[in-house]
Order: sequence, then C-alpha cells, then structure tokens
Amino acid sequence: MPAISRDEVAHLARLARLAVTEEELDTFASQLGVILESVAKVGEVAAGDIPPTSHAVPLTNVFRPDEVRPGLTQREALAAAPAVEENRFRVPRILGEEQ
Amino acid sequence: MSNPVSDEITRSTAADLAERIHRREVSAVEVTQAHLDRIAAVDPEIHAFLHVDEAGALAAAEAVDSALAAGEAPASPLAGVPLALKDILTTKGVPTTCGSRMLDGWLPPYDATVTRRLREAGVVVLGKTNMDEFAMGSSTENSAYGVTRNPWDRDRVPGGSGGGSSASLAAFEAPLAIGTDTGGSIRQPGAVTGTVGVKPTYGGVSRYGLVAFSSSLDQAGPCARTVLDAALLHEVIGGHDPLDSTSIDAPVPPVVAAARQGASGDLTGVRVGVVTQFAGEGYQPGVLRSFDAAVQLLAELGAEIVEVSCPHFDYAMGAYYLIAPSECSSNLARFDAMRYGLRVGDDGARLSAEEVMSLTREAGFGPEVKRRIMIGTHALSSGYYDAYYGQAQKVRTLIARDFAAAYEKVDVLVSPTTPTTAFRIGERVDDPLAMYLADLCTIPANLAGNAAMSVPSGLSDEDGLPVGLQVMAPAQADDRMYRVSAAFEVARDAAQGGPLIQRVPDLAVTA
Repeated sequence: MPAISRDEVAHLARLARLAVTEEELDTFASQLGVILESVAKVGEVAAGDIPPTSHAVPLTNVFRPDEVRPGLTQREALAAAPAVEENRFRVPRILGEEQ
Repeated sequence: MSNPVSDEITRSTAADLAERIHRREVSAVEVTQAHLDRIAAVDPEIHAFLHVDEAGALAAAEAVDSALAAGEAPASPLAGVPLALKDILTTKGVPTTCGSRMLDGWLPPYDATVTRRLREAGVVVLGKTNMDEFAMGSSTENSAYGVTRNPWDRDRVPGGSGGGSSASLAAFEAPLAIGTDTGGSIRQPGAVTGTVGVKPTYGGVSRYGLVAFSSSLDQAGPCARTVLDAALLHEVIGGHDPLDSTSIDAPVPPVVAAARQGASGDLTGVRVGVVTQFAGEGYQPGVLRSFDAAVQLLAELGAEIVEVSCPHFDYAMGAYYLIAPSECSSNLARFDAMRYGLRVGDDGARLSAEEVMSLTREAGFGPEVKRRIMIGTHALSSGYYDAYYGQAQKVRTLIARDFAAAYEKVDVLVSPTTPTTAFRIGERVDDPLAMYLADLCTIPANLAGNAAMSVPSGLSDEDGLPVGLQVMAPAQADDRMYRVSAAFEVARDAAQGGPLIQRVPDLAVTA
C-alpha cells in the first residue's frame, strides 16, 4: 500500500469539511501514511468467502409502539444554538453568489 | 489539612459506604461532602474532573438521606454513594464536553439513560471526568482541557480515553466511576491505575445519551476499586432500554451474585484460557511476569489453565483502526455548527454554511479526531472501501469465530490488559501508532461484542507501577468474568499483603 500523498490528504480534508492548514497537511500526510500502512495488514488475511460483520449483535428491525411521546420544547431545542432568529436556527447562507 | 474521618470515608469501598448509609451510621451528605473535600484538595494536582457539580451532588445526597429518614427502603444497593461520570454521557443542564472544544459550554437538554438510572438509584453524581476528545486516545492527553495525572506517578498518564474516571478512583476522589469502552477505554485506564474496569457485553448497557464515537463498538461500563463494587454498579446501569435499539432485551447477567461467589476463592472446575497471541515483542517484561504470577494464582484457586490460540487476533488492531474511524467519520459529521456546539467564522454575510462548517470543525477538533475522521473518510471512499472497510469487517467475523472456538474449550480467557505500565506524559503524543498499541489486547473483545474486564494483578517489578489482568467472557456471560476476577482479587490481596490500591502514594493535600 503506498503512503498517502499531500494532495490526497487535502482531498480527504475537503470531503470531511476540515479546513486544515498547510502545515497540518504535511504532518497528517506522514502520520496517515504510517497508520494506513499498518492497518493495511488486514489485507493479508485470506477472507474471500467470509461474510462481513458490521455489528456484533445480530439485529433485525426493532419496533416501538407508534405513540406520541413528549419531546423537546422549542425553547429547549434552540437553547444551545449558535444563532437564533425568529425562534429558528439561523444558519450562514446556503446558496452561492450567483444562485 | 487531612481529616482522619473523611480519609476513612474516601478510602472505603462503595459496598461498605452504602451499608453504613443505609444503616444511617453516616449520612449520604457526609459521604458526599468528604469526597467533595477530597476533590477540592487533590484535584488541582490530578485534574480528573472537568466539572464538579457540588450543588447537584449535595442535593442528590440530601434526597437519599430524607428518604431513609422517612423510613423508605434504599432506592438501590448503592443509594447515597458518590460517583464520577465520564464527560461523554449527557447530563441535563450540567456541562458535557466530551473533552472537546466543539462542545465547550454545551448544556445537554436531556439525561443519558445511564445518567437517569444512576439518579433513580440514588447514586450521587459528583461531576464529569476528563477524557481523550470524543473518547479517541489511550492517555487522556487528547483532551482539549489539559492532561490528567496518574496518582501512582504524576508524570505519567492515567490511561485513556477514560483517564479522568480511573484517576478519580485511584486518587480516592470517588469510590465509583462510569467509563465507556470502544477499544479499551475502560480497561486500559483501569490497568494503569490499579483499579477495576469493566466493559460489559455490547448492548448490556444502554448507549442512549452516550455521545457516539463508533456505534458498533461503544459500550458504557462500571469502574471501581473492587470487583464487588463494579458488579453492584453494573446492575444499576445495565439492562434493556427501549431508547437504544441495540440494547439487549434480556436480564442483566447475575454479576453481583457471581462476584460474591468468586470471593469465596474457589475456582475448581473453571477453565481459564491463556491467549498465546498476547505475549512477546512489545510487552514489558514486568507486565508479563505479573501476568504469569496471576495465572499461577488462578491455578492455585483450582482453575484449569489451558493455552488457547486465536490466530486472527494479530489482525484486530488493523481491523479496529479501520472500522472505528469509519464509524467515527460518519458519527462526527453531526458537528456541523448549525444546531448546537461551536460555530466559527459566521460573519452573517460572506461565508457560506459549508465554509463555516469547515472552519468550525478545523477549530473545534483536535489532531487525533481529525486523523481518525480522515482515515475513516479514506477507508469508506470508493476505490478503497473493499480493501479497507470491507476487508476489516471480514476480519471482524474471523475474530468473533476465534472467540467462539476458544469458548468451546474454556469458560474465560485471560491476558495482560495492556502491554506496558503507564507511560510518561508526552511520550507517545506525536506517534499515533505507538499510542494505538496500548489497546492491543483489549480491542478483540470490542470487535466481537463480548464482555471483558481488567482487575489489578499487582505492581510491575521493574517500575513499581500497576499491571492489569484482563478477564474475558462470552457475550451475555459477564457473570463468569466477575466470578474469576473476584476470586483472583482475594488471592492477590492475600499473596501481596492487602489491597493493592492502598499502596497508591499519598498525594500532597493542598487545602
């Protein structure tokens, strides 16, 4: 497994919405390379026909009665919001300049 | 200023304190105050707590005392006993940070199920303990709020991620604590502080209100200074919860009865498997000597010792550090600066929501969290998915099969809990892989969803620091490991001249 390039790390950071600095890109590229090289060891196991496990407890659908239950009040839901306007979450603009 | 009466209280076990509170020989308020005083005196040095809820704790203790005074039966066997809660479980109106800047100042609008059960049981929550950010780490150095020091040697780490909880026990700031264990975050801190830490069977304790890191692995569990205390706490927090669809709908295994049975010190007929993969390179010789002595003691108690090979355990680290980051990258996407938590860069006009999100996550997450989010993003991306995440899930199946085959031959498995004693603060911060090795022995049980615990085995002969014995059991057979650990604890104390925990060096009291 090749170590990960600086450009690939920048791409991952964009996908993960992390505005990493130039300096971090260098550090992370070398650290992630070492980590990925180590975890790639799982590839040595011949597991072609082995079923994957996503969860330790085999689960089927778990249902609950379809009943109205108390939830948070509007005040409680907004209490920790970074910004509130007219009893709603205020968010930064979501459309581009031209849209 | 040392007070012999409150010293006696803070050095007692939870079981003893509960008994005395329930007999009304001492009040829950006195017990709580003694621990608050101890925290005020030693925590500036240890820094186990991120938040101490003095008013809430005293109010809870008063409620227990009034109920007892009114002639009511105790709400639980632990009613009135104080506890330190890891800062990853939500507490309504009480700060919950997960050791992250992202949640600085957040007051959750709800209690985790664990928190609610503790309150209903009359357990007194003293405060919230320090941890590696979002439970990612093995030293508590990844907390955004400073390091926690190991009471055995203050230049060393208390383990992680639950280092605040383990240190609070070893510093006699609380007789009970709650941790969460995704890859070893209860057991490894237990091992390096000479305390008991239990990861119950996955699904045995509700995850509702446990801020998610890796949902298929995360498990809350009890931490204490004795096996019986851990068992008592296990029964308070365990059991089915409709609010967690992965919680097991079956009775809690009889762990208290098992701990009491084990304390008789007889393990005749119990088959104990020694996992041959957990030895060799990377293991501190003193840790291995303590482990060998522990196995010898188990044999003297009547246990039949069998060597067991679990060949795929060699790949557990790799599988874990693909699966956990993958789930983490998805779970931590919730921190988007929109509804709660930190928001950075919002100028009300120019910057877009997406830019604010990226700036916030850059400022709010520390390096280890960023590393894991990026590893997970990589492992899940098309082109790499099959080789990384897909293959890791297959290895997870093989590890579960290794366990299943082993448990056909033995009742419990044992190993050292972690390859070394507590390492020095700063020693591994810049070497993520070295840090990950601390979880070498604990990870397989998380991947398989089995039960596992750490009980102190003694002090390493080369550095005088605590060593943990890991006892593992099949899913839903948590009682087996409690029986073995309780028996071992009695034999260890007899062989080593008293409880190990009483040998923690005296902390200079600053009050």
